[in-house]
Parts: sequence; C-alpha cells; structure tokens
Amino acid sequence: MSELIKKTAAELGSLIASGEVSAVEVTQAHLDRIAAVEDRVHAFLHVGAESALAQAAAVDARRAAGDELGPLAGVPIAHKDVFTTTDMPTTAGSKILEGWRPPYDATVTRRLREAGLVILGKTNLDEFAMGSSTENSAYGPTHNPWDLTRIPGGSSGGASASVAAYEAPLSTGTDTGGSIRQPAAVTGIVGMKPTYGGSSRYGLIAFASSLDTPGPFARNVMDAALLHEAFSGHDPMDSTSIDQPVPSVVEAARQADVAGLTVGVVKEFGGDGYQPGVLARFQEAVELLESLGAKVVEVSCPSFTYALPAYYLIAPSECSSNLARFDAMRYGLRVGDDGTRSAEEVMALTRAAGFGPEVKRRIMLGTYALSSGYYDAYYGSAQKVRTLISRDFDAAFQHVDVLISPTTPTTAFPIGERADDPMAMYLADLCTIPSNLAGNAALSVPCGLADEDGLPVGLQIMAPVLGDDRCYRVGAAVERAFESRWGGPLLSKAPAL
Amino acid sequence: MSAITREEVAHLARLSRLALADEELDHFAAQLDQIVGAVARVAEVATADIPPSSHALPLTNVFRPDVVAPSLTPEQALSGAPAVEDDRFRVPRILGEEA
Repeated sequence: MSELIKKTAAELGSLIASGEVSAVEVTQAHLDRIAAVEDRVHAFLHVGAESALAQAAAVDARRAAGDELGPLAGVPIAHKDVFTTTDMPTTAGSKILEGWRPPYDATVTRRLREAGLVILGKTNLDEFAMGSSTENSAYGPTHNPWDLTRIPGGSSGGASASVAAYEAPLSTGTDTGGSIRQPAAVTGIVGMKPTYGGSSRYGLIAFASSLDTPGPFARNVMDAALLHEAFSGHDPMDSTSIDQPVPSVVEAARQADVAGLTVGVVKEFGGDGYQPGVLARFQEAVELLESLGAKVVEVSCPSFTYALPAYYLIAPSECSSNLARFDAMRYGLRVGDDGTRSAEEVMALTRAAGFGPEVKRRIMLGTYALSSGYYDAYYGSAQKVRTLISRDFDAAFQHVDVLISPTTPTTAFPIGERADDPMAMYLADLCTIPSNLAGNAALSVPCGLADEDGLPVGLQIMAPVLGDDRCYRVGAAVERAFESRWGGPLLSKAPAL
Repeated sequence: MSAITREEVAHLARLSRLALADEELDHFAAQLDQIVGAVARVAEVATADIPPSSHALPLTNVFRPDVVAPSLTPEQALSGAPAVEDDRFRVPRILGEEA
C-alpha cells in the first residue's frame, strides 16, 4: 500500500506542484487502493481508471510546461453519482438512469476539472439521494470501512466510504436533509453543508430543489475548506445561487481559534433516543471548547423538534414534482413500448420498473401532501414550521456565534436493521434537518468513538447563512485539540481493511 | 383509523404514473399511513399568524440578460433518448386512438 494514499489533499497538492511526485503516481496509488478494497467497501458505481490517468498526465504536462498549478491540481476526487459528468455515466443510484451519459457537466464538475482535480469515478448513493444508509441504491449497499456489516450513512455513503477507506482524499456530496454530515459523522471524517445557494445546483440531479446543497468530504477540516472554495461561488446557471463572495473558509480553517466565541448547545438535541456513547463524546466536545476559551451556553430552539416532520412533507412534495421529469420519453429507461400502449401507460410501467421502493414512497407521499384538500394541513403547515425554524436560528445567532449538537443520534447501524422501517430510518437526520430548512451552514467533524461499539461520533457545528467560515474556524480548532489528545486523526484508529 | 387506505394509494399511484402491483399497494398503504400519522404533528404549531416559507433565501424572479448563449446541439439533446426519429424524440401515442 502506497503511503501517498494516507496524505492529505493539501500535502498531495504541494507535492505535485513542487514536482516531488507526479499526479500520475498519486492517481495510480489511489486506483491501486480502489482495486484492493473495493470488493468489500463498494463505494463506487463507476471507476474511470483510464480517464483519471489521462487527466493526471495532463496536469503533469502543464507543470512541465511551467504552468502555475492551483492548490488541488492533480489531486484525485470521487464525485457523488448525482453530479453530471460528460465522460462517465451518471445514474443517481437508480435503474431509471442506468448507463445514462449526460450531455453536459455539472458546474461543480466543471469547476473542479478547471482546478485540475482528477476524477477517479462516481460514488454510490441512496437512489436520487433519498435515504440515510445508501441501502436504497439500486446497485447494492456501500459498507462502512470501520465495520463492513454497518451502513456508511447516506445518502452520500459512497462518498464518505471512499474517503474513509483511503480510496480518495476528497469527494463531493450533496446534503438535502443531512446527506453529507450524517455519512461524515458515522465514518469518522469531515463533511460540510455550505450555505444554501453558496454552491451551484446546475447539473445536480434534483431531489428537493429548495434544500439540495453540494458540499465537500475530506479527512480533515483544511482539505474540506480547500475543496469548498474550489467549487463554490455564484453561478448564473443556477437562479438560486447567491451572488456574493464565498466566505473565506480556507483562511478560517487556518485560524482554528475559538477564543472569545460564544457557542450555543441546542437543548432540544439530546436525551431519549440518543445513544449514551454519542452523548458522552458530545459532552467532551463541549468541555473541550470551554477549555479552548469559548463561552458555552445552552440555547433553546423549540421548533427544531418539528423539523423532522416538516422535512418529510417538504422534501417529498418537491421530489414528487422534480421526479416527474423521468417520463421515459427524453432520456433514461423506457419499458413496455410495444406499439400498442399509450405514452401514459409506458410512463407508468417505466416508473414502476425504474424506481425503487423509497423513491415510490416519497413520490406518493409528496403527491398526497400537495393534494387539494390536504395541502393546507400538510405542505402548508410544514412551510410555516420552516419559518419558525429560521426564527429560532435568527434568535439564537443574536446571542451565539455558532450552535453545536451531535451530528446524529446514534453511530452507524447494521445494514438491514432499518431497511424496511422508513420512520426509524428518518430519525438518522433528526439533528441535521433544521439547517437544510433554514439554509444555513453546518459542518460535521469527528469527536471520538462511542464506548458501546467503538464507532465514530460526529460533532455538528452550525453557523448563520453565509457564516460558513465560522464552521471551519471552530471545526479546525476542535480538530487540532482532539488530534493532539488522540495522537492523530480519529481515522487512524479504524481497523485496517 | 387509518388515513391512507389501499384505494387512496391506488389513486396516488395513478396520479404519480406508477403502475404498482397489488401487493405493493398494501405494503405502501401501511407505511404511508404510519408516515402521514407521524408528520401530521406540524399542524400543532402552524398557526394562522405564521407566514409560510417556500425557500430559505428571499429571492424572487432572478433573470439573466436575454441574449443567445451556447446550448446543446440536437445530437447532444437526443443522445440519451430511448427512441429518435428525424431529429426528434419518438414517443408512444399520446392521444386515445381507439381502433
């Protein structure tokens, strides 16, 4: 096993820029790692070895020609398979898009290509990013590198597992209700949901458009910040993209200091339903922040307890509308077109064959919530809860700089445990959903291992809209202090694959 | 009493263009009933005086200049189509044509 795969993205970038190693060597080391562990982890739906080596060679050629390389040029990355890529299939984890080759690149894909990152492949996910375990993928589950019998989180479970298994130093994900932060937490890595509108949704296959947010995965806070900065910023192709400068997240990660900051502990996130080992590690993080000079206060956000039910009305409602585009007419699967059936019959047969159970559940749930007669009670009420949650955040951020909570109520659960119990599965996103509904920034950083099962626990750090830099500043301070206590990154405690 | 019956799921499936099998209807009816029962809690706090939020950002009507910009070629746009004829998407019959 090459030592290159253990290096941070920042280290790899500078080694490549200085010519100490070539981008081709770095890419090959990661392809070798993928070949060695992928049969057990199954993080990828597609690996593009040839195209990755060609992209890496192009970076080496640019360097040889004297071009100035950016900080991540030549560094490999894995993209969640919801970002369109012209040179690789894009499936969203669904049979309805099996083998589809998009005719254009997502903005995230394009910007990272321009920054010289090398695309290793596309990672597994819950179908159309709907789920918290990656078990809803039509192509089989991904396995948590800490314990292969457990889930890697979801929906970006292939993205988290690829980074935690050292198959890639960086990956992209999307977070609609926690789909970056929860997988990061349960695999012991860093995951960031930027402010909604801070990263472009152009070329991202839509699930719930008012919530979907692209973001980075990495093994440390600085790498996540470098990736965040590389793909963020205003995009005229996304009408909900914010036309303001990207917060200086790399600078904030370098600052890594909480002295003088006020940190609010969300009172509503704890108690019944939370694993004792998760709460114990969270309490340690609270004490650590105090010891680093932060002032810690308890904050009540009463509406947060209504976030989960509001989310499971809003997200399905938006999905029922968004997924209407899969009509068997313009791209993707077509089933039952034997010359006798109408377009409507072919559409219904195709969607029944192409969508998995969770996608069907959510489409029907959303259709129900938007139906005449039910709209006010369900979708309308959920939209009002969304207002209340934003008000709770606004009130809290009058007094505190960031809010913190456990990222998830439990550590990674066994594959299969919640697979046919939707309500139990939905609880995995209990603490992450409020930031999707309000659109603010939130980061998950490792905060230790639960005593019961020895599995990773995540600390969630929430900041106001466009306060992404605060997440990185606090996250980097926590990371530095914990790593000096642990004698290295949490991931170094993971069993060898 | 369950809010979502088997008949209701059959209706939702028709609206959603999902040709579900009979056994799926029963399975989804039980699950959707449980989910709807749990999420109905939102009505507890959604009083008349609270304005709804459809979105996290206060944005309305974002326009771009009305100028021609690069776009997909017909070949690119049709590249993923299940069936193509004369540079167009070929689709099954749309109108009722009872023989």
